[in-house]
Amino acid sequence: MARIKNEKPNENVTQGGENAIQNKEIEGLSQGQIVRRRFVRHKAAMTSVFVLLFLIIAVFTSLEMKLGPFRWRGWWQFKYDELLELRTEGCPEGIVGCPTLDAVPSFIDGTPMGLGRHPFGQDDIGRDYFAMVMRGAQRSIYVMVVIGFLAAAIGTVVGAISGYFRGWVDAVLMRFTDFIITIPSIIIGSVVGYHFGNLGVGFLAFYLGLFAWTGLSRLVRGEFLKLRELEFVDAARVAGASNRRIIFKHILPNAVGVIIVSVTLLMSGAILLETALSYLGFGVVAPDVSLGSLISQYQDSFTTRPWLFWYPGIFIITIALSINFIGDGLRDAFDPRQRRRLTKKDKERARAQAKIAAQND
Amino acid sequence: MSEPVLKVKNFTVEFWVDGVWYPAAVDMNFELNPGRVLAIVGESGSGKSTTALGIVNLLSSNARMSGSVKVKGQEMVGARPQVLRKFRGKEVAYIFQEPMTALNPVYTIGFQIVETLRTHFDMGPKEARARAVELLTMVDIPNPEGSFDKYPHQLSGGQRQRAMIAQSLACDPGLLIADEPTTALDVTVQAEILDLMHNLKNKLNSAILLITHDMGVVADMADEILVMKDGYVVEHGSSEQIFNKPTHPYTKELLGAVPMLGTSAKRTLTKEKAQAPVLNIENVTIAYPKRGRVPEFVAVKDFSLEIFPGEIVGLVGESGSGKTTVGRAAIGLLPIKSGKLEIVGKDISKATQKELFPIRRHTGIVFQDPASSLNPRLPIGESIGEPIFLAGLAKGEALNKRVEDLLEQVELPRSYRNRFPHELSGGQRQRVGIARALALTPDLLIADEPTSALDVSVQARFLDLLLDLQDKLKFACLFISHDLAVVDILAHRIAVMQDGRLVEVGERDAILKHAKDPYTQRLIAAVPVPNPEEQRKRREARLAAK
Repeated sequence: MARIKNEKPNENVTQGGENAIQNKEIEGLSQGQIVRRRFVRHKAAMTSVFVLLFLIIAVFTSLEMKLGPFRWRGWWQFKYDELLELRTEGCPEGIVGCPTLDAVPSFIDGTPMGLGRHPFGQDDIGRDYFAMVMRGAQRSIYVMVVIGFLAAAIGTVVGAISGYFRGWVDAVLMRFTDFIITIPSIIIGSVVGYHFGNLGVGFLAFYLGLFAWTGLSRLVRGEFLKLRELEFVDAARVAGASNRRIIFKHILPNAVGVIIVSVTLLMSGAILLETALSYLGFGVVAPDVSLGSLISQYQDSFTTRPWLFWYPGIFIITIALSINFIGDGLRDAFDPRQRRRLTKKDKERARAQAKIAAQND
Repeated sequence: MSEPVLKVKNFTVEFWVDGVWYPAAVDMNFELNPGRVLAIVGESGSGKSTTALGIVNLLSSNARMSGSVKVKGQEMVGARPQVLRKFRGKEVAYIFQEPMTALNPVYTIGFQIVETLRTHFDMGPKEARARAVELLTMVDIPNPEGSFDKYPHQLSGGQRQRAMIAQSLACDPGLLIADEPTTALDVTVQAEILDLMHNLKNKLNSAILLITHDMGVVADMADEILVMKDGYVVEHGSSEQIFNKPTHPYTKELLGAVPMLGTSAKRTLTKEKAQAPVLNIENVTIAYPKRGRVPEFVAVKDFSLEIFPGEIVGLVGESGSGKTTVGRAAIGLLPIKSGKLEIVGKDISKATQKELFPIRRHTGIVFQDPASSLNPRLPIGESIGEPIFLAGLAKGEALNKRVEDLLEQVELPRSYRNRFPHELSGGQRQRVGIARALALTPDLLIADEPTSALDVSVQARFLDLLLDLQDKLKFACLFISHDLAVVDILAHRIAVMQDGRLVEVGERDAILKHAKDPYTQRLIAAVPVPNPEEQRKRREARLAAK
């Protein structure tokens, strides 16, 4: 049934009952609108959304890409596997390929801000480190998204089925989940990486996704156990709804908050898992690079050429942190008990209002 | 006259929501003397609990208070936390509505009473224990010594409330605030708790501030009454004055909406002979199967009931008597263990899920809890239309039209089709529940305590609507309720349940006026009547019978 658009949802809302005043905030809004409003109010999460979007767009458009007949030139001048001449001028003595990025304005250090030829410097053999970091970030984001979606799909289905049907179905599925949980994901990852690492990053992400869903499925199961006892589920059953319809139409939309939140948190975990594996040398294999493999490759040069460590590290932290913040914001937005706190600013505004009212009297 | 325990002057509470201050209680003025009972009545959202919580300064952080509240001369508004801590529990005690959640489940009740005592007095553990047992004896808990070491879940609802009262009385407080102390309890238990509070008040000379929406309870306890509506006090007077000569129209409306036992018009049913019953339950036993170490629980034993077309049968009983179980089994939501269950001539005693589908067209159910009976993610139009859609009777525009007609039938605006459940009040949601239950014009409607979560005036409107619809559509109805007065308004026949057994069944008047079974008699006698004199007489009769 489509919602009629020309009707204002706000005519004579008669909110009664216990929380009449507390509910003033959500008067006349749909569930989705309420969640969106709460999310937009979460400053860290909103900032993270913009940072992440900017990063993803910048990272994916930077390098040359081929997608069937389409060819994208990329806005960065070098390729990640291109061998270039090592730059020595402007570097401290005995060090080559130092970064040219100058983020300090000219009125402080006298030189103008700018990227330069190799903003993140060069590696041992002269490859452009900026291009490599971009390539690494692409791989890492790709792994993260694949793991996230795969884990969400498997975890939701397993959790929903075992929570809804209970009984032996539940017992079998949950024992299977327990079994998967007992195997540490790093070891799975290194085994999988050892065997399949050279099959490409997509394959690795797929295999990791097959082991990352366990936590989510337990959460979804718990949510389903709770929701299936609610009266609207009985009402749907009395209306003649099938099990499938009850699961997907009635219960799942009510569990979507839990799913979204834990998937975002799982994704930030996935990026670290990939990093850890690449660090151990089982993730993405040379000549391809990921953020993790970059760090592991250059861990010895931390004292002499620290930028080889810094830049991929900064990207990992930024991506993982912003996804965590977004997950945090979503959790707050989906929690109906979250109320807006009374801030200092609000109190001042209230005092000012009272003052004006007093003057008018 | 002694000094008042509680003096409230120009007391206002406001809540900060989304940038605006909303008043919850405005300009309250009252005093309370020792040994007196002041009742604050009003519907949910009228600000009565807010006022009570404001007095002990327990409101959430987005509230602000102004004016003055003096307990034994000490100002509470804006008082320092140390001062408040000294007063809470010692001078002002609070009895909460739900003893199960107000008592900490991981400590014994004895420990919780001792804790209160030792916080406020310089007392050794032995002394405190003796005093706690003394308190438990005072509130008539059976075997006080043994109950001292019991956890809240080991006690019944009534005993928990007694323990709660014992805890609140621990320091002989001058003021006792009771926030809906009996709402969560059965009528017979409610009568006992009210008797207890009455006795204690006389014994200890405390003042009681009673918050309730039940006019029967008010008539039983109150000396003075404060009627609140939307945060404002609309009427304030002595109990006799409010009940006998209410002046404010809202008070009159509130009193008029209270259902009274034995006052509603006679309901006759023109029964055509030899009609087959819509619902036929014969010697049915329903059991919850054993799970792991929890043994099988038989909720309903050997239960028989017939409902004929166009008839409303009220099923009453206390909580745990198995009435909801019967209602759920009657539309095939629960399997039965033995016996025979027939709906519109079809035997569903051993039906599988698939065989039940055709039955769904002939049955509907209205649930108890308006908060959980509608899917919060679906617009209500979709909830109402679901049975029609699933039965394959209408789709698209035709379905929308039928949904709007149904909304009109339950007196809701057609545009509500696109609203979400959280935008509606409790009463409106229950109407939506009815619309959904009647979507397929069923022959049998099960109503499982549909009014227990509603305010009296909303309940009155809801019952009127249900009667109207039943007149028009002539469905048979099993109306499950714990409230005899409500059943009295609707039912042609009444069935009484106790501990999973059918105690008595018969014509409405026969049951209400000439009940044969002692349990039914007790149940009827325990219903509080909104009339102070009548209540006093009943109390004396109860005491004399002891």
